[in-house]
Amino acid sequence: MSSGGLWTVVLVGSVGCYLLKLAGLSVPAAWVERPWVTRLVTFVPAALLAALVAVQAVTSGQDLVVDGRLAGLAVAAVALALRAPFIVVLVLAGATGALVHVVWG
Amino acid sequence: MPAPARTAVLRDAIGLGVAVGLYGVAFGAAADAAGLDPWQALAMSLLMFTGASQFALVGVLGAGGGGAAAIGSALLLGTRNTVYGVRLAPLLAPRGLLRRLGLAHWVIDETTALAVAAPDRGLARLGFLTGGATIYAVWNTTTLVGALGAGALGETAQAALDAVVPAAFLALLWPRLWPGAEEPAVARRVALGGAVVALALTPFVPAGVQVVTAVVAVALAGRPREAE
Repeated sequence: MSSGGLWTVVLVGSVGCYLLKLAGLSVPAAWVERPWVTRLVTFVPAALLAALVAVQAVTSGQDLVVDGRLAGLAVAAVALALRAPFIVVLVLAGATGALVHVVWG
Repeated sequence: MPAPARTAVLRDAIGLGVAVGLYGVAFGAAADAAGLDPWQALAMSLLMFTGASQFALVGVLGAGGGGAAAIGSALLLGTRNTVYGVRLAPLLAPRGLLRRLGLAHWVIDETTALAVAAPDRGLARLGFLTGGATIYAVWNTTTLVGALGAGALGETAQAALDAVVPAAFLALLWPRLWPGAEEPAVARRVALGGAVVALALTPFVPAGVQVVTAVVAVALAGRPREAE
């Protein structure tokens, strides 16, 4: 994507996210606080973040690719299960990715 | 207001601000990996200022996705902040349009948690404003550090960064899946569904679209438990 295209995406996305925040402070609570709306909003992040984990870890364009990223993700999951701090999780994942790159190129 | 409660609110707000700084470095690096220049990364932290949406936008671009899919995923994650705003409105009671426009920019996960946890309305405002100011300053500084730092990396370090990005998304997702979160078993089902939908669609749709489409997995959550 061109630099101008990226700027458009950045600015349109930013304005949209700001308007979502402003809407919460401005609309009547009854519009938003319905059981099914709060349920959707509660669980949408789980669906999207998991999709991003999967896509970032094992895809490249439209292909499924297994490389150091998946090994790094597995190490990150173990570190998170052991309650490691965020920075430790990232460093371990990065070190694993680099190691796989060095060993298998 | 009692001084110890005030001190506790300030300590929590500033502590949280420093902690999210680490995520700012990761975001700056992820933005660089996705092809954004440091000024675009910084503009996102200044103007969008909602971490999960920022990660999602650059995540979709980094996967080769188009602008519409990138913006769509950021907006879907941004709907959380609308619900937060509804909860915050009576606590912050913004008087006048300008004040409301200003406060709205800082309506995010962390400032909502600080305001809701405070013992009274005055301290809720204090927690929101102190947390908002601290996080805003730290998040923008560390975004620039991450974006500039990542640009100077060699090939092996890039491989390391490629592995850091999915790990960062997993770290954002993780607390939603386990006890302490709202209905963690449901969240795990929805998350697994989202990952499966995204991978199944990857060969067939333009890059990035599978991420936005994965939101259909939220149907796995089922109906609200207590219909009112």
